[in-house]
Amino acid sequence: MNSPSTRSQAYAQAVAAKRRQIWLGLLVLGVCVVFAGHIAEISAFKFLDNIGSFTSYFYRIAHLENGQWVVSDPVEWFWGWKKWLALMGETLLMAYVGTLLGAIAALVLCFLASKNMTQNTWVVFATRRLLEFSRTVPEIVFALIFVVAFSLGPLPGILALAIHTTGALGKLFAEVVENVDMKPVDGVLATGGNWLHKVRFAVLPQVASNFASYALLRFEINVRGAAVLGFVGAGGIGQTLLEVIRKFYYADVSALLVLIIATVMLIDALTERVRHRLLGLERAG
Amino acid sequence: MSTAHDKAQATLLARYPQHFQAFYKGRISTVLLGLLAVAVFAFGVHSLDMSYRRIVGGLGELGSMVLRMIPPDPGSWHQAGVYAYAMLETLAIALLGTLMAATAAFPLGFLAARNTTINQVVKFFARRSFDTLRGVDILIWALIWINVVGLGPFAGVLALFVSDLGIFGKLFSEAIEAADDKPVEGVLSTGGSPIAAVRFGILPQLLPVLLSQVLYAFESNTRSASIIGIVGAGGIGLILSEQIRTLELQQMSFVILMILATVSLIDLVCARLRFSIIGARAL
Repeated sequence: MNSPSTRSQAYAQAVAAKRRQIWLGLLVLGVCVVFAGHIAEISAFKFLDNIGSFTSYFYRIAHLENGQWVVSDPVEWFWGWKKWLALMGETLLMAYVGTLLGAIAALVLCFLASKNMTQNTWVVFATRRLLEFSRTVPEIVFALIFVVAFSLGPLPGILALAIHTTGALGKLFAEVVENVDMKPVDGVLATGGNWLHKVRFAVLPQVASNFASYALLRFEINVRGAAVLGFVGAGGIGQTLLEVIRKFYYADVSALLVLIIATVMLIDALTERVRHRLLGLERAG
Repeated sequence: MSTAHDKAQATLLARYPQHFQAFYKGRISTVLLGLLAVAVFAFGVHSLDMSYRRIVGGLGELGSMVLRMIPPDPGSWHQAGVYAYAMLETLAIALLGTLMAATAAFPLGFLAARNTTINQVVKFFARRSFDTLRGVDILIWALIWINVVGLGPFAGVLALFVSDLGIFGKLFSEAIEAADDKPVEGVLSTGGSPIAAVRFGILPQLLPVLLSQVLYAFESNTRSASIIGIVGAGGIGLILSEQIRTLELQQMSFVILMILATVSLIDLVCARLRFSIIGARAL
């Protein structure tokens, strides 16, 4: 029964079955792609037609008005650097204030969302759904709504960032809190401590460095987010970027993009160093 | 009682001064950092015009807006159809953008991986290009593509394509680097070519990981595709931003709920597919 020929037959059958499955999957995918291409009004021809204009766009943003390379005259390229740096500073400040507000809200809510700290399952459930809602709705949608309610400016942007940050950090924080060692908690309870003592002396020392690390990571993400909130009028450098792109000020587009990318990379590098130190501290301590 | 406690503390302090010093040092730097954080925050609140009056007034306005959003209502069946079609367009943008990016990133990922790249210079440039693509937000890409190909879903597809190319390039190259090279040695030792080594040594390990990453990206792209319409790059975002500007709040809340429902549906489908592809293997 178990002769080599039947075994190889079984192998061939198994391979053939798998092949069939893969082809079927590819067929379904292909149908979806054709359908999607029809809906999104695109075709390969249109794409090929436009490749040229894409490269020419990049050629244009890399050249000044007088036709010279942008790098040949940095002063001319970054002619508005004072204004732009101020706007970039405003963007960073928005990200900072938004992250801090969101982190504080998340700090309060995460204990209510973790099962080991809150006995009432309804409170846990409701807090979790609230956090989920605030992180599922994109921050730019919140910003759109807040711009109507709070009028134009950085304030609606900050609030949008703060709400999204609350949702994202609240979830991460709650997961950290659910994984703490419960022995210190029992210790505090045994000496007659109340809920706040429990949080302050048993849980916070275990989670503080992790929380700070997550908050810094969120700050990085929020810097990127804050840079585009201006598209809907919610402050920061985005408003100016939108204008120069829409008005075809090619050299300004590249100058602003370079400024944003450089700032984001700088912030990433800085926070990464701090985060590594924080996590190292946790391992040592 | 308290004097005995103080006495005990004083003896401890005298006996182990180095431990207490470290403790006080940590305390001081924590307090200083906290003060700095508060100072920057206060400066931000002041310079970004977050006055108490504006916040309270805005909250009142926001409250009345929320009340006017209830109950969510598409208006008419015809409108509901329009929204459903826009949602479909959003999904189409997400699908095409993700697939195009995955297809392009697949060969490029090999160039950016330490173990399969041609040489160090190629690897360096591949990685830096991916970093740059990722460094620019998808909404900015959408605006740029609108300038190139005009308003509409095509610009959205291209925006997703470019920004996902940066993400996939990084993820794929990391997955390739993490691949076990024993199968590769096996293929090479039986006389296989380097191409055969990639095909039979690396690909079988790699494909499930890549597919799972692509599926994961697809669900996050559904979210992105639903907002790029705000700048005019197709999909449901355009409808959403128009409704907010014209204060059709009941319709707006309907559309937001529709987006959330669709995203969680895609979430569910992708999770199922991912599980069936990678099986019980934890990832």
